[in-house]
Amino acid sequence: MVVQALKDQGVDTVFGYPGGAVLPIYDEIFQQNDIRHILVRHEQGAVHAAEGYARSTGKVGVALVTSGPGATNAVTGLTDALLDSIPILVLTGQVPTFMIGSDAFQEADTVGITRPCTKHNWLAKDTDTLAETLHQAFHVAQSGRPGPVLVDIPKDVQFANGTYTAPAKSDTTIYEPQTKGDITAINELVEAMEKAERPVFYTGGGVINSGPKASKLLRELVEATGIPITSTLMGLGAYPASGENWLGMLGMHGLYEANMAMHDCDLMINIGARFDDRITGLISAFSPNSIKAHIDIDPSSINKVIKADIPIVGDVESVLTDILKVWKARGRTVNRDAIANWQSQISDWRKVECLKYVQEGKVIKPQYALSRLEALTKEHDRYITTEVGQHQMWAAQYLGFEDPNRWMTSGGLGTMGYGTPASIGVQVAHPDSLVINVAGEASWLMNMQEMGTAVQFRLPVKQFILNNERLGMVRQWQELLHGERYSHSWSEALPDFVKLAEAFGAKGIICSDPDDLDEAIIEMINYDGPVIFDCLVEKHENCFPMIPSGKPHNEMLLGEASTQGVIQAGGAVMV
Amino acid sequence: MAALKIKKGSTSHSAYNLRPNFSDEIETHTLAVLVDNEPGVLARVIGLFAGRGYNIESLTVAEVDHTGHLSRITVVTTGTPQVIEQIKAQLGRIVPVHDVHDLTVEGAAVERELALFKVAGTGDKRVEALRLADIFRANAVDSTLESFVFELTGTPGKIDAFADLMRPLGLIEVARTGVAALSRGAE
Repeated sequence: MVVQALKDQGVDTVFGYPGGAVLPIYDEIFQQNDIRHILVRHEQGAVHAAEGYARSTGKVGVALVTSGPGATNAVTGLTDALLDSIPILVLTGQVPTFMIGSDAFQEADTVGITRPCTKHNWLAKDTDTLAETLHQAFHVAQSGRPGPVLVDIPKDVQFANGTYTAPAKSDTTIYEPQTKGDITAINELVEAMEKAERPVFYTGGGVINSGPKASKLLRELVEATGIPITSTLMGLGAYPASGENWLGMLGMHGLYEANMAMHDCDLMINIGARFDDRITGLISAFSPNSIKAHIDIDPSSINKVIKADIPIVGDVESVLTDILKVWKARGRTVNRDAIANWQSQISDWRKVECLKYVQEGKVIKPQYALSRLEALTKEHDRYITTEVGQHQMWAAQYLGFEDPNRWMTSGGLGTMGYGTPASIGVQVAHPDSLVINVAGEASWLMNMQEMGTAVQFRLPVKQFILNNERLGMVRQWQELLHGERYSHSWSEALPDFVKLAEAFGAKGIICSDPDDLDEAIIEMINYDGPVIFDCLVEKHENCFPMIPSGKPHNEMLLGEASTQGVIQAGGAVMV
Repeated sequence: MAALKIKKGSTSHSAYNLRPNFSDEIETHTLAVLVDNEPGVLARVIGLFAGRGYNIESLTVAEVDHTGHLSRITVVTTGTPQVIEQIKAQLGRIVPVHDVHDLTVEGAAVERELALFKVAGTGDKRVEALRLADIFRANAVDSTLESFVFELTGTPGKIDAFADLMRPLGLIEVARTGVAALSRGAE
């Protein structure tokens, strides 16, 4: 029943880990060949892998885990998917219905525990309605603002025979979000676009979630209007990094020109982003003089943090189609002269070269490592995942994304340990592509067991570890904000990553000399199999630019020079 | 652009407080939430209030349409206008929620609450309690020689006023149902 429902929903891959309460489903999986099961090493890995699969394909990712600890281990992945609006379905086994509530072996109140970390969840108590519930789960996961759903299936329900309901016969009217934007508001926005002197597009993960057509429409609109565009961490790739109106990422570690443009603009057009606190900085000083338009499929995003002057509830693709239609019909006007001035102001900001760094001496700067990785891999059919921390921000700054669905990172929840399993999920979906997990050594160790999965299923994922033997971002905050008291932010007793790779049956590469870096990266790319790349980098490098929490966009820290007052006395620890 | 000076060891720059400072006035709103009568739906609604730090002043819930499996949850909540809007939008996101009505802004509404009061006493206090109950049109639904249980229906304000009057007269226990509310008129 479960397997049939998955097949009818077009599922080709399930990430999972068996256990007592899901054995009947595993028995079904054993007796068929349409759905491939990827055996992970930890349930958290299964959910992150499903997320990686979903983010890189736009399809619903599926994970299958057992009751009790299987389900509780899935909680982090579910929360991650909820905050980043990723469509995944997690199937959990449950003790038989007649034992629920008796503290049975491996029993947990899965539906209760996961209620706040799923978009919706179900306890399937009846085999006859199980198929319909599964189809509804797929519908809820991928319509409206996407998100994680969970179906908890007691073991007796798995064993029992029941009537199967096909997807087309299932009632999906239980959830019908609005997708078409209000045309009056769209007209108002187009009018504002025509007049604006300093407009900026601020786009987010919603553009990518809306589908490839949304990104295409966005590009058309940006090119036609000449309005500069910045994006959140989640939205990278919707507009190409090589595009001439591209400002780079904005936010706490965003580019100077992007944040200055956000601060000084007179019209901000938010498309599928949610004014996260990493973006806004100090709310009361956030872009003080702009009209703010906010396009979002989720009404609760609008006015949650920042008051929207022009709120538009709808799907990005549909709303962009309407905006283009209205704008063209009204004569394709924009305030060309003013925008040219605005662009020249932006060029001045660009001259600050906020991402400049100096690579000298015999120690690899992390920025240099990523610049070289970018240069040597950008021509490849490439997908990037990351863990969470400094390396993640540097990856967002120094790698260029030309297309949507190529960049998988834990944005909202900031889950260390996301990248390795996610890279596995991506590689399963794109077996012939180059999949690289840009990691820090601390994050990477959190789900390193998944190397076993990579080796077993011959998934040639490349684990590119920027090893500074520190929790770099924690260390940076301690330096800047906690008086340089480095409480528990360094890694002692790190494993030998090359030997570790070999122990897993993968290839290990270590590199510490900038002169050897290119050759080592090429070796990693060319190796046909999983690789752990231990890139030993500068240990005390800070990630700049940075807007300290609680500061407005125009008070960025640009680099070591602008933080001298902070850092001088700590010269002992700085290299 | 001036470089930001961060004082060493200073916590004032840590800025862990990221709550937006909307300084609008606190309002009280009565929301009627129509939901599928299915297991866990109340937990979803209450969990939303608890998880996002919203207030619940009062809450009532019961099935209102047996064949349609619909329940009606009436919540009285407080917050700034921005927070109230957010509560409504968040409630609307819950899959088994069909409709969210803000009875406070959608025209006039009738709000009623039922309460039971146990008042113990003898002599003058007992007579006074019974006299006040009569004025408030409360019914004595249980009586002994030393006590009454009064039943009173009315607006929360009326119930509060009655409770205040009963307190010096020997009020021992109060049970309130919370507010049930409907909009006035044919709609």
